[in-house]
Amino acid sequence: MTTEVIQEVALPEAPVGLNRWDSPWLNPKFIGGLLLVIFVVLLGIVGPLFWDITLARVASSPLNLPPVWVKNAPIMFPPPDPAHPLGTESNGRDMLALMMAAAPGSLRVGLIAAGLGMAVGILLGFTAGFIGGWPDAVIRTISDSVITIPSLAVLIVISSYVRQINIENMALLLALFAWPGPTRLIRAQVLSLRERGYVQMARLSGATTFDIMFKEMMPNLLPYLAASFTGNVSANILAATGLEALGLGPTRIPTLGMTIFYAIRAAAILRGMWWWWGFPILMLVIIFTGLFLMVVGLDEIANPRLRGIQAQ
Amino acid sequence: MGSLTVGYIVRRLGMFLLTVWLGTTLIFAIPRMAPGDPVAAMVSRISAQAGTISNSAEMIASWRKRFGLDEPILVQYVRYIYNASTFQLGPSLAHFPANVQDMVARAFPWTLGLLGLATLMSFIAGNVVGALLAWRRTPGLARALLPATLTFTSIPPFMLGILLIYLFAFGLKWFPFSGAYDMGGQTQWSWSFIKQVIHHGTLPALAIVITTMGFWALGMRGMMVTTDGEDYMILAQAKGLHPSRVFWLYGVRNAILPQITALALSLGALAGGAVIVEYIFTYPGMGYLLYDGIVNGDYTLIQGVVFFLIVGVALGVLIIDLLYPLIDPRISYQKK
Repeated sequence: MTTEVIQEVALPEAPVGLNRWDSPWLNPKFIGGLLLVIFVVLLGIVGPLFWDITLARVASSPLNLPPVWVKNAPIMFPPPDPAHPLGTESNGRDMLALMMAAAPGSLRVGLIAAGLGMAVGILLGFTAGFIGGWPDAVIRTISDSVITIPSLAVLIVISSYVRQINIENMALLLALFAWPGPTRLIRAQVLSLRERGYVQMARLSGATTFDIMFKEMMPNLLPYLAASFTGNVSANILAATGLEALGLGPTRIPTLGMTIFYAIRAAAILRGMWWWWGFPILMLVIIFTGLFLMVVGLDEIANPRLRGIQAQ
Repeated sequence: MGSLTVGYIVRRLGMFLLTVWLGTTLIFAIPRMAPGDPVAAMVSRISAQAGTISNSAEMIASWRKRFGLDEPILVQYVRYIYNASTFQLGPSLAHFPANVQDMVARAFPWTLGLLGLATLMSFIAGNVVGALLAWRRTPGLARALLPATLTFTSIPPFMLGILLIYLFAFGLKWFPFSGAYDMGGQTQWSWSFIKQVIHHGTLPALAIVITTMGFWALGMRGMMVTTDGEDYMILAQAKGLHPSRVFWLYGVRNAILPQITALALSLGALAGGAVIVEYIFTYPGMGYLLYDGIVNGDYTLIQGVVFFLIVGVALGVLIIDLLYPLIDPRISYQKK
């Protein structure tokens, strides 16, 4: 029971007759979170097979329809129409089609930005932690400094100049601030791993620096890297949604944040059109909760001490 | 021991200057690398509103001259850094002739009050919850109820803000929709005005507190698990010290230290979240000013607000860094 995860990951073939269902990766929080995220992905992939996604375009549907199950909508709204189960908003978009078209984009922005941030973080973190000396000092100083810059504010400046933006450019912009977190984390872990026996052993047996970094240390860092990456995806989706909610997101394709922006601009809250802002928020809550559960699960995978103390 | 050394203060000041310089340089450089000309965009906006402008080319040229955009980029940069360091941010494009620094000066106290109080409340509440979650002697009932406070941890503050407006302002009408005080209210130190401010500030502050306290709780839980296993905790209990004394002075006192570092590191992110909460609640702080700038294409205003946000957050980090050795006397800052 007390076998350290770290060793399990490093030596997958060593223990004979290891119970596969005892793997720390089968953490219920991690799996639960993963299922939520997969739900959103499937909605984007499978959804369009069953629903006409072009209804997400402006003026493709009647205006201001409430969702079908709303029985006593205020008098200013037309009666619900089964052809638009989640209702429509004031620009004539069908909410169901909008959700299918928009949700995967949010995940993609987060994945690209966090992926770039992670790649830079691995490079810089290993350099700083492994080589030390002045490269370490420079990398540490700059990442400590960038991490305290209010990135969302800087991104607002940039994207208010660059009005025409697409998902890929947005992810690139977000990646500008996505690397210091992973860099700090990896540096700290590498510093502590560097003195471990098996790394010393590898060094003594003449392994190259590259091999020590990627064949010896990397597998042991996997749970940490996965937790950091997942947290980063969430943070970048948050930043992207924030920019979009201010009206600074892509305007040519539907996104969840821009849907919220249009809803706020049209005073949907005060008009009682909860379905206009409620569904995009629900989708984002599913995404954020899923990613958050994954992070908590991954933390428990990485740090066995946390596993015992879940509130009963 | 535990006192501030000159070297430490100098290093922290250096970090402060580096952060502010990096941030200001980013907001100067990146828009200039991007395609498009802000002045041309401005003029085309004006002409879209006013019909046609016969001499738009001259207008563009004169605006460019007015803002020094016809000079070499290096000259522009030096002038920009000089102006920023003396807090001269120039006139607002959309609210001419109002100066950006005056507009920011009016908005800043609101943001400082809202964000500062909300962050303080969330930090205290979150850490207490987290410590109780990890402590062995927490009563069973509290242990069962506390995780409920983590429900909204992963939700962005502004989304909870929208929900709160819908429930408590639109539905139940307990709190106002927007603003920081009643319409036509005078900014003054009177009891009725303070009541207004609290009434208006409750929902935006709640939106920030509820969504951020789980972050502190989770961090504290992890730290407290480690601390609770230490020998001195067992000794303190064996000596028969009162449980609350063990909890606060032996447990929390030691587990809180990395949390304070984490607070310094996340100030920037917290400020970003508050910006959007202010926009949702039409709260008259920096965030709403920023939105005003975005809507009007007021680039000097946007840059000025963001510059002040960068400086404000860096100052907050500097203050925490300078207080830290007083809280954690173990660390000798003499090294290196």
